[in-house]
Amino acid sequence: MTLIAEAPPKDTYIPSLPPIHTVTLTVNGIEAQLQLAPWTSLLDALREYMDMTGTKKGCDHGQCGACTVLVDGKRINSCLTLAIMQEGKQITTIEGVAQMATDAPSGLHPIQKAFIDCDAFQCGYCTPGQICSAVGLLNEGQAKTTADVRELMSGNICRCGAYTNIVQAIEEVINQQAV
Amino acid sequence: MSQVIGKPINRVDGRDKVTGKAKYAAEFQVPDLAYGYVVSGTITKGKITRIDTSEALRLDGVLQVFTHENRPKLAWFDISYKDQDAPPGSPFRPLQDATIKYSGQPIALVVAETFEVARYAASLIRVEYKEESHETSLEANLHRARPQKHGVADLLKPPPPKPRGDFNKVYEESPVKMYGRYIHAAEHHNPMELFASTVVYEKGGKEPKLTIYDKTQGVTNSILYVSQVFDIPFKNIRVLSPYMGGGFGSGLRPQYQLFMAVMASLELKRSVRVTLTRQQMFTFGHRPATVQNVALSATADGAMNALYHDARGETSRFEDYTEIVTNWGGMIYPPENVTQDYKLVPLDVYTPLDMRAPGGVTGMSALEIAVDELAYELGMDPLELRLKNYTDLDHNTKKPFSSKELRECFRQGAERFGWSKRQFEPRSMKKGHNLIGWGMATGIWEANQMPARAEAALLVNGKLWVSSATADIGTGTYTIMTQIAADTLGVPVEDVLFKLGDTDFPVAPISGGSWTAATVGMAVHSACEAVGKSLLGLAKKLSGSPFKGAKWDDIEFADKQLRLKSDPSTAVSLQTLVDLNGGKAVRETSTGLPNALKQKDYARATHSAAFVEVMVDEELGTVKVTRAVSAIAAGRILNPKTARSQILGGMVWGISKALHEESILDHNIGRFMNHNLAEYHVSVNADIHDLDVIFVEEDDTIVNPLGIKGLGEIGIVAMPAAIANAIFHATGKRVRDLPITLDRLL
Repeated sequence: MTLIAEAPPKDTYIPSLPPIHTVTLTVNGIEAQLQLAPWTSLLDALREYMDMTGTKKGCDHGQCGACTVLVDGKRINSCLTLAIMQEGKQITTIEGVAQMATDAPSGLHPIQKAFIDCDAFQCGYCTPGQICSAVGLLNEGQAKTTADVRELMSGNICRCGAYTNIVQAIEEVINQQAV
Repeated sequence: MSQVIGKPINRVDGRDKVTGKAKYAAEFQVPDLAYGYVVSGTITKGKITRIDTSEALRLDGVLQVFTHENRPKLAWFDISYKDQDAPPGSPFRPLQDATIKYSGQPIALVVAETFEVARYAASLIRVEYKEESHETSLEANLHRARPQKHGVADLLKPPPPKPRGDFNKVYEESPVKMYGRYIHAAEHHNPMELFASTVVYEKGGKEPKLTIYDKTQGVTNSILYVSQVFDIPFKNIRVLSPYMGGGFGSGLRPQYQLFMAVMASLELKRSVRVTLTRQQMFTFGHRPATVQNVALSATADGAMNALYHDARGETSRFEDYTEIVTNWGGMIYPPENVTQDYKLVPLDVYTPLDMRAPGGVTGMSALEIAVDELAYELGMDPLELRLKNYTDLDHNTKKPFSSKELRECFRQGAERFGWSKRQFEPRSMKKGHNLIGWGMATGIWEANQMPARAEAALLVNGKLWVSSATADIGTGTYTIMTQIAADTLGVPVEDVLFKLGDTDFPVAPISGGSWTAATVGMAVHSACEAVGKSLLGLAKKLSGSPFKGAKWDDIEFADKQLRLKSDPSTAVSLQTLVDLNGGKAVRETSTGLPNALKQKDYARATHSAAFVEVMVDEELGTVKVTRAVSAIAAGRILNPKTARSQILGGMVWGISKALHEESILDHNIGRFMNHNLAEYHVSVNADIHDLDVIFVEEDDTIVNPLGIKGLGEIGIVAMPAAIANAIFHATGKRVRDLPITLDRLL
């Protein structure tokens, strides 16, 4: 049996590419001008065009949360948005979260510090996304119980299974803020 | 010794990981980098009859499209493609020829100036196939099961021992017995980091020089593969993997993105990065689907007298992947009428690959459900049955265990969990419309040590640098090696820098099988001791040295000093000693070797007991693991904080395996259908509730002088069976197949 998976095109046209645009992104308070094809995701713009590899690619389909960044303080999957759509917005990545709130001696965001103290990661690959997501969760102010934290952090998969410690780290910061 | 070993210090690489500074294989930026994108085949078996790359090649920015038709000439013999974890057979060679061996097989690599162009160009490749019929169903092909082929892999994965006693007769005559058939789904490792290799091509020299950042559980394995396949001398290759975003076994063999990136880089004379997609993460090794049969019998008082355990696992048509599935029963239970059997069924799939507790969690999940079934046949508490059949002997080999504190795991775990309050009858612990169930199971995994090398250097500024070409795949290697080095030479952890994941460092094996802590730990210990001996030599040269007659055993290292054990006030600072070394660091390289002579008369293993509570919604069939306690006997715990995390991770994996994980093959098209993280379910935060870890004390100087046994696997082993047993206790329904999805409960 011969199976033609995809029919060859009838003509031999020269495929064209979309024009490159100048895209201005504000990442961690710094404005950068990039030459990007319009189909470049925010995630790829950060990683491949700005060398900001703290933001991770785990699925590229909005299914794992590793690419979570904050846009105007709200957590989003940076793989599910195009860079060009984020012009004029304040983008915060893991490299910049400590600017939002800083634990004085360590120079880290309280969530970052709590993650270290609670050992809330193992391989570290989902960690930037977890931390940005946790900062977003604090901003939302919706998490009242442990069950809330677990539910609202479930968009961020941790394959190492550090969930127990992630919840502990976030609750420690929530409790500090409540004092 | 032992100032910091055993202390719950924070991960030394923690700051890099929470700030985004830790760089993984796809994150090293180099000038003039080209991007490769892999094209995956769409049929399961057959031949490519035509592959048209012309349209892709006409696209602006595309540099080349590599297929089987234009790939460079490569190594001819199978041996060149064999890696450190290669099972017997003929390893898969990407772009070898037109033959398609499995669904999703890489059939082309597009290389372009940007990732976006490469990705688009990949969609423009037209392929025609001649399809052949395929077989991917294990259950439909059980009649083809045959014994495994033998090879070097047998050393680590021996086939089951020969039958002993007379299982059939004793089983037949026994008053109490059970039999069950257990079917497990295939699973994929799915580490969070996508497999990637960044190959940096160094121009200028006569021969190409490559620096490769690879996602691997062993840089030594990658350099070996690249050197052999592409015929490049070691001196012209360096492989680095300072961080790895999760392995779980997936990085024990070089994956095809490494081949692709190196090939493209050599041909184009450019630096190239290839990153697989999440879908492509389902196109190499996986935990094999298995079908197992277990039969147990006992006398009326609960003494087990006969054990039968067979397993049929899938493998590929080209390699015989094996794992130890059925040997465990003979290691932990004492019946003398035992038949253990293991066979393979070759199918049109990629070769399976070790995945966290390979074989162990598979076999023990079936066996420990079976033991629970036997307990219910006997009307006996499941924990009591295990205590009744407790043994300090590995009955497969008749060797005693070097240490086995499993009884203490049972005691402490049961106490913490509150097992004594359990009611025996299933469906007896209802709470509203939820059924509550309590279950438990035993776990076991091998405690192995491999040879490895490490280098230690006390620098002129008094800092201690230690290195070995091992990996930290999230396991905490950086941290525990820092602790071991610090204690061996009596320096604070702040003064120690441990480096890994670089083929410029002394050689270490792939990081897997729970052996890294013992293997590299002993190498680091040995290298630091060698530095210590050189320091003693320097101390003897001090004018009027009080150490002149001192032997190695007379001295110790503490508080950055070398001192006499008998009189700690007779001391000299390490700084003073290194100053005597003529402005050079005191540097030594040493090998950590397992003490085979000491080990040979013993079986060596870690043990665990898991106690689990589930809540099952009677109407919806949803299962929640509301709490679980794992009590672990795994020798000396180097760092209780990272150790606890590793066990918690194993427990989460156990929950995930028991309730969620299943790579579903559509046998009509021979493809894993749910090849993404939305449809391949793993435990998420909301699935995880109260988890508790206990480390029981276990001293063992037979495994190695540091008493290390390893923790990577043991956390998962007992969990799936404990969950399945709790579900039976909750519902009265015995589910023998994993995962226990709600359709199996309704």
